[in-house]
Amino acid sequence: MLLAFDWTQLAQQIVIGLSSGGVWATLAVALVLIYRSTGVVNFAQGEMAMFSTFIAWSLVHHGLSYWGAFFLTVALSFLGGVAVERVVIKPVERAPVLTVVIVTLGLFFLVSGAARWIWSPEVRSLPNAFSTRPIEIAGVAFSIQDLGTIAVSLGAVGLLWLFFRFTKLGLASRAAAVNPEATRLVGVRVSWMLALGWGLAAAMGAVSGMLTAPALASFDQNLMQPVLLYAFAGAVLGGLGSPLGAVVGSLLLGVLINLIGTYVDWVGTDLRLPVALAVILGVLLVKPTGLFGRAEVTRV
Amino acid sequence: MSSALLELEDVTARYGPVIALHGISLSVGEGEAVAVLGANGAGKTTTLRAISGSVKRVGRITYAGKSIARSSPEATTRAGIAHVPEGRGTLTDLTVRENLRLGAYTRRDRSAIREDEGRVLGYFPRLQERRDQRAGTLSGGEQQMLALARALMLRPRLLLLDEPSLGLAPLVVAEIFRIVSELNEREGLAVLVVEQNAALALEASARAYVLEVGKVAVEGDSTALRRDDAVRRSYLGY
Repeated sequence: MLLAFDWTQLAQQIVIGLSSGGVWATLAVALVLIYRSTGVVNFAQGEMAMFSTFIAWSLVHHGLSYWGAFFLTVALSFLGGVAVERVVIKPVERAPVLTVVIVTLGLFFLVSGAARWIWSPEVRSLPNAFSTRPIEIAGVAFSIQDLGTIAVSLGAVGLLWLFFRFTKLGLASRAAAVNPEATRLVGVRVSWMLALGWGLAAAMGAVSGMLTAPALASFDQNLMQPVLLYAFAGAVLGGLGSPLGAVVGSLLLGVLINLIGTYVDWVGTDLRLPVALAVILGVLLVKPTGLFGRAEVTRV
Repeated sequence: MSSALLELEDVTARYGPVIALHGISLSVGEGEAVAVLGANGAGKTTTLRAISGSVKRVGRITYAGKSIARSSPEATTRAGIAHVPEGRGTLTDLTVRENLRLGAYTRRDRSAIREDEGRVLGYFPRLQERRDQRAGTLSGGEQQMLALARALMLRPRLLLLDEPSLGLAPLVVAEIFRIVSELNEREGLAVLVVEQNAALALEASARAYVLEVGKVAVEGDSTALRRDDAVRRSYLGY
């Protein structure tokens, strides 16, 4: 029986939760980026991230280091995201939301199928990005891998924030998401801002995938499907329209699910996905705008 | 008359099957203030949209000696035409200053942009006070001022103003027209303003066109039009 509450274990489990939450946060931010500019949840976001991860695997397989492959893959994914927008989304730019949703579903099968066609179905693995040694902080042993994952995902999100907050291009893409018509009238090429958004989302997805894979003993083409669901739950929890909300929501969800899995016996690791689904349902019922979303208020 | 900065010749435009402009011809001289009047649905807004490229159009449109008949809104903006759209086009999620900075999006002269920000805010003290507030929280009048201020950040040669008085209190409207006249007289900014409030627009302009179902019905000096009772009664309704 448990006699005294184990604070060490709690701290360890929180860090593990933040680590998975961080990975989900990068994908959740990608979802929010597309949602704000294109107005739909991109169901293919997870598959695009999986495709990126396979590209990284190929690069590593051809002799690149993990980090070499990491940065090259982020760049390639950015270009890929831009290309996907130009080829697949641009033709339906002005179409009703439902049409665009169907197109992203089609994209899901297209990317998923392409990955299965290009890469054989055997299981593969990526080398660890960080040392697997533990590190002791204030007498508690944490895994360097977890801490590194948290740092990289928050770093990626932070860079994205800096871009949107402090660059002219970032300002223009925010404006394009709010009011495309008026943004065209100040001389911004709004259509290209959408492409930029898809490129950045694909790059964030790539980060998410490349942080997910090394933590697993092996992975296949289904790698990102659960991650997409957790990211979606995190984004809904934070408010689908808010990038900050997506990050906070995902981190909260990561910690929550990990703690529930640790301390509630019957949940364990098997019932983690249903917990995420319950969160989505609960948020949509109680506070549909999420923690950070706001209902649009306009004055005339 | 001064040489024409903008010239439209037999311009037609349609929204799907609905024809909005049935061949419009008009001109705006360098530094001239011109009004476009007419009832709802006469094609006033479409005329401005045709100039800036926000709607597909056919016909000849020349601006500063070059054809812009096939130019996109991005291109006409780069050429120095600032279009303040119907409904003000406020970027609600952005702060007042971000809105202004975006107005200068096509410019590369950083230090001059900063100077202009101060100069433009000088015209609108209310915006100066609220410069870090989200634009969506401004009142209607303040949003109209912001739309105007944002357009000025382009350093335009031609300003297209769509119904600046819409839904605003008379005092605010008077203030906005005072600023537009000042810009026109002091800085030589050419203005093409679309208005339902004919009395106000005639006072602020040198010449005017009255549209009726997508065609120019009457044109002439604003002062002459103001004195012409027949025109006033049949087209301007005051």
